[in-house]
Amino acid sequence: MFGYSMADIGNIVVMQGFSGLSMFTVLLLMALGLAIIFGQMGVINMAHGEFMTIGAYTTVLISKVAASYGFTDYYFVFAIAIAFLLAFAVGYFVEFIMIRHLYKRPLDTLLATWGLSLVMQQIFRSSFGAKEVSAELPEWMLGSFKPTPDIDIPINGVFVMVLAALVTFGVYMFMYKSRWGLRVRATVQNRTMAGAVGINTAKVDRVTFALGCGIAGIAGAAFTTIASTGPTTGTLYIVDSFMVVVFGGAASIVGTIASAFGIAQAQSILQFFMTSSMGKVSTLLVIVTILMMKPEGLFASKLRK
Amino acid sequence: MSTSNRRGFMKGALVGAMMAAGLISGHAFAADYPTAKVNTTGLAVTDSTVKVGILHSATGTMAISETGSIQAEKLAIEQINAMGGILGRKIEIIQEDGASDWPTFAEKAKKLLEKDKVAAVMGCWTSASRKAALPVFEKDNGLLFYPTFYEGLEQSKNVFYTGQEATQQILAGLDWIAKEKKAKTFYLIGSDYIWPRTSMKIARKHIEQHLHGTVVGEEYIALGDTQFGSVINKIKLKKPDVIYAAVVGGSNVAWFKQLNAAGLNSSKQTMLTISVTEDEVLGIGGENLAGFYSAMKYFQSQDNPENKKFVEAFKKRWGKDAVIGDVTQAAYLGPWLYKAAVERAGSFDVDKVQAALPGYTFKDAPEGPVTVEANHHLTTKLRIGQWGKDGQAKVVYTSDYIKPDPFPKGYQ
Amino acid sequence: MTLWEKMKASPVLGGKEGVIGLAVLAAVIFVILPLSVDIFRLNLIGKYLTYAFVAVGLVMLWGHGGILSLGQGIFFGLGGYAMAMFLKLEASDPESTKIQSTPGIPDFMDWNQLTALPWFWEPFKSLPFTLIAVLTIPALFAYIIGYAMFKRRVGGVYFSIITQAIALILSILIVGQQGYTGGVNGMTDLRTMLGWDIRSDSAKYILYFVNGLLLFGAIFLSKYIMSSKFGMLLLAMRDKEERVRFSGYDVSNFKIFIFCLAAMMSAVGGAMFTLQVGFMSPSFVGIVPSIEMVIFCAVGGRASLIGAVYGTLLVNYGKTVFSETYPELWLFLMGGLFISVVMFFPNGLAGIWDKLATKYGWFKDKAEVAKKPEVSTSGVEAQVVLTETTETMLAADSTNTATKAPRKRASKKDTGLESSKMRGAEA
Repeated sequence: MFGYSMADIGNIVVMQGFSGLSMFTVLLLMALGLAIIFGQMGVINMAHGEFMTIGAYTTVLISKVAASYGFTDYYFVFAIAIAFLLAFAVGYFVEFIMIRHLYKRPLDTLLATWGLSLVMQQIFRSSFGAKEVSAELPEWMLGSFKPTPDIDIPINGVFVMVLAALVTFGVYMFMYKSRWGLRVRATVQNRTMAGAVGINTAKVDRVTFALGCGIAGIAGAAFTTIASTGPTTGTLYIVDSFMVVVFGGAASIVGTIASAFGIAQAQSILQFFMTSSMGKVSTLLVIVTILMMKPEGLFASKLRK
Repeated sequence: MSTSNRRGFMKGALVGAMMAAGLISGHAFAADYPTAKVNTTGLAVTDSTVKVGILHSATGTMAISETGSIQAEKLAIEQINAMGGILGRKIEIIQEDGASDWPTFAEKAKKLLEKDKVAAVMGCWTSASRKAALPVFEKDNGLLFYPTFYEGLEQSKNVFYTGQEATQQILAGLDWIAKEKKAKTFYLIGSDYIWPRTSMKIARKHIEQHLHGTVVGEEYIALGDTQFGSVINKIKLKKPDVIYAAVVGGSNVAWFKQLNAAGLNSSKQTMLTISVTEDEVLGIGGENLAGFYSAMKYFQSQDNPENKKFVEAFKKRWGKDAVIGDVTQAAYLGPWLYKAAVERAGSFDVDKVQAALPGYTFKDAPEGPVTVEANHHLTTKLRIGQWGKDGQAKVVYTSDYIKPDPFPKGYQ
Repeated sequence: MTLWEKMKASPVLGGKEGVIGLAVLAAVIFVILPLSVDIFRLNLIGKYLTYAFVAVGLVMLWGHGGILSLGQGIFFGLGGYAMAMFLKLEASDPESTKIQSTPGIPDFMDWNQLTALPWFWEPFKSLPFTLIAVLTIPALFAYIIGYAMFKRRVGGVYFSIITQAIALILSILIVGQQGYTGGVNGMTDLRTMLGWDIRSDSAKYILYFVNGLLLFGAIFLSKYIMSSKFGMLLLAMRDKEERVRFSGYDVSNFKIFIFCLAAMMSAVGGAMFTLQVGFMSPSFVGIVPSIEMVIFCAVGGRASLIGAVYGTLLVNYGKTVFSETYPELWLFLMGGLFISVVMFFPNGLAGIWDKLATKYGWFKDKAEVAKKPEVSTSGVEAQVVLTETTETMLAADSTNTATKAPRKRASKKDTGLESSKMRGAEA
């Protein structure tokens, strides 16, 4: 077939399948934090990409420290934890000084957080320089895993995948199995009522927002293994993240997962058969068309106004 | 040798080099060149100063790349000032930010030429910014020194191109890799804009017509895209002898990291890129690049004395971690060429400066001697560097001098 | 009735204060600026004013209609590209392109191995067609988007995000199809329009004034629409869409109409941009410029037409000045502006003016009115600004306006109602 042997085609199908899965987990990690912030709270956080960048720079810095103290092999664990905490803290602070005043005006949060993203980009540039930097990866994360001689499964892809699974599981447990999750869901569904039964809704909001930011921080840390870190890195991810969340149906975490999967597979396959940039355009076009027909997204949960 | 001693020695050596560079007119004194004579067109030239503009992106996505150029140009200007300036006039820098936005480049170019009346501008990086600013330079008869390697197809009397045009960078490199690696099949991949597309067009013609090889795939990535899984699989399916790459910006980093992770490292795959300099390696990480080749006219690791001095001076001025890429070096040439041109012309008038520069050979260029041709491009050598884990390249091949040919016959 | 009284009483112009506001703006654009700055700066201001078209459109769409489009760059770009195609064809006559392999086609096509002009470029050889295309293509595009979305009641945030995605798609397409569009470089080196050199100083003056007149045309048209029944409905729709729908109106048609109108205005701005700046590039189509244009409008006061013009001028002037002196600080400032306008001055400059005017009781009687213009033409834009009230009154905090809307509709016959009267009612 087309001059390729069946074995070749089989190998490519396996690797292509993996690359679709890998893209799925990347999109999922990007979008999870946003799914909480935008989906649950209705806050359009245009600075989401910059929270990822916080995570990325944290990882780069820690890799430098690790290199000088010789714990390069397992610094990533620390990096992810610290990236989460740092992004969480910044998110907590931002919610306190800015976001909480804007809950009634969702479109305005869009503009304000866009402003925030500009400020954060300049802070990154002033403190880390305009040039892109790279975290030195531990030896075990380089290269590929080979089930057969002709199949390469990227180890960093597997790493992102495992991390995405863990984070998704964590978010699920948090939202549906914990007291906090209960409070968050109660607040989202009926703020007044939740307040009336004694939930501190302001605090719930703050922690929820910070949590979303913290997850963005983890995503940023993970992405240092596959892409670049620079002051404007965050802008590369923001539209994709929003498309995933909106396409999935804003308030549904299952929807976010499904939509990340669908978008990733579509884009991955289209990019295989078309040129890369046309593949991307076609995917976006399909999403927009579907959204025009089904504006509430794939998995809409009916919300009380 | 103690640090202070070495520094003193280097300083001496540096000044020596700079004296040599300025030999044409020796020490010029402003009094020998009355302002009324050397400036008949109302440029910002006084008895003691001359204003020169620097126009690059200090903010926005392109700041990543353009910062190095700004630093190199400032360094060159400071060195020129330290040895007395141009015709006895110190250079005053007026720096403008193009903000990675092409229209802003046009606006700022206009400001520099029409409001500040600068005698020359060192600037622009992307083709798009140059294309946007070019009509301004042509209309106001300004002078631009443009440092980036670019796609060619342009020749303006108002611009001197201190980087390579496409054929200089592409042909010799392809010849080398075809001979060295006995390559027959090529996979072309680039970011989706004019420079990679034009370069790939030239590369394809050269591969098909002169090297009698085949192009098994040609791929363009949207600027800023970071997902390469599918593209890499396509490459694996085609199994090319050589990947010929011109991916830029944030995509570049993702491209190399993912390529490596997919098992296509230099032990399995030969790759020649025309878009990776020492600047990019910072973001990509040497371990992801080790063993791949870049075709450039300059590498920081070059061993000639001029380059060693330059690298030393650059690090002293901008920090020991600073790296110098091809474009940074080309940007460094700009002020020196301008100085030479003014001194040859004995005037700051743009028309005379333009006429005076072609034919000049800058012997002390860090990359080695370069000659300005009548088409305003430089005759240079091409070098192939093989990247090491430390982020520096080992020069494995140096071509003969290659004349610039911005409108190559048979490649259009 | 004197002319003054007639104008004052005109509901379209927005009463006494509205007339004065327009007069001051006209004085600033047509007299003060041309007399006080050189042609270089004036050309820059002309460029800024082309963004004001977008901002004026956004005032109607967002400030009055409550629809936030993050894709106005699409229409600005379409208008600009249509004009650029015409100019590029004129600049690519066989004589000046004879070094190309195919003379007579734009240079970027030649670089991309096109050997003939693509069919959709052919009609752009005609200026009348181009002018019609500048208006109709964006309107048509807006109609399709608007129809698809508003008929399905997509609104609010979703509309914003989808328009943003469309802006992204269009900019990737323009960049990717560089043989037809010039790619990331855009269309550069545009020189003449029907033989008239648009790069000369005299042409720049003429274009500046044409631009100013068109902008006033756009403002008058918007004012006319705002003061009509339609304008009232639009406001009511923004505040309580269901009620309007239940009153028997087809809300989506209004939205589509206003979206198309805003698109057309943006497109005119785009075309004027191309003429004044001499090129068009995809960097005006994408997400960033589209959001920046929203902030121009927000700074001026999202509900004030005149405020939008001042907002545009102020932000761009600030951008130019700051990026010349403190490029590092510019992003901080721009970001801070976004944040502070949204958080502290949701009604922008117009809101600040309105507060001042209320506090000091300006525009209460004729004597003060007569003095007013002198005070405000002190040259500082921030002070000149803000001279509109009818709109600013209506702006803002939706809970507040929600209660006002029905009242307004009730007194519809009296649309010219003096802003001071309304203010009195509120106070």
